[in-house]
Amino acid sequence: MDFRTCVNIQKEWDIVGARQFGRDFSKKLGFGIVDQARIATAISELARNIYLYAGSGKICFDEVENVGSRGICIIAIDTGPGIKDISQVMEDGYSTSGGLGAGLPGVKRLMDEFDISSKTGEGTEIRVVKWVR
Amino acid sequence: MRIPILKLHNYLLISIQIDLDDQTAIQFQEDLLNKIHQSGATGVVIDLTSVDIIDSFIAKVLGDVVTMSDLMGAKVVLTGIQPAVAVTLIDLGIHLNEVTTALDLEQGLIKLRQELEE
Repeated sequence: MDFRTCVNIQKEWDIVGARQFGRDFSKKLGFGIVDQARIATAISELARNIYLYAGSGKICFDEVENVGSRGICIIAIDTGPGIKDISQVMEDGYSTSGGLGAGLPGVKRLMDEFDISSKTGEGTEIRVVKWVR
Repeated sequence: MRIPILKLHNYLLISIQIDLDDQTAIQFQEDLLNKIHQSGATGVVIDLTSVDIIDSFIAKVLGDVVTMSDLMGAKVVLTGIQPAVAVTLIDLGIHLNEVTTALDLEQGLIKLRQELEE
């Protein structure tokens, strides 16, 4: 799949840049204010994970369509250390960085679809989709 | 970027009007604690009316600053949390149960006055 736009995540400020881009993009696709906030928050969590755990990576955005409904597809890609135990990071409250441990399980609840694949030593790819209601 | 902290009698007033990045949030935490220390303020209102996203990191910084201020003897009220922000916080699983909140700045000041029994 060819993604329309990607935002590189290298410095802390890129987290803000990515979520602002995602908010504007979701607004253009016709999402309401609450869903725009959900999408921007999810992007913020994904971007922070890249910055904190992988150092750098990117977040890509595209419009998706499925039997008459429109949505936003976001992929967060990094070539960091990868996640050893995915079920552990999907638990509420699990954190290795002193955070709230709300990140990934939170992203799953904020979005409609959530897929994660990760290989130790190679990196992580998280794909999320939200449909316009 | 620094967030301005205004002093009004025994209170400190803060209105966050920018999209908070991590560094600014941490800096604000430090600035507020220093200002409480310098001014001897007993109450703080942090108004979030213009904040349209609070992710887990910002929520942690805000929750922590409330607890830290409390340790120093200053009561903090968060005001003006937008509907969309309330929804996303609950989706994230963040409840901020220990934090006092109010609808707007005015209600926040009333709540502070009640809690501090002035």
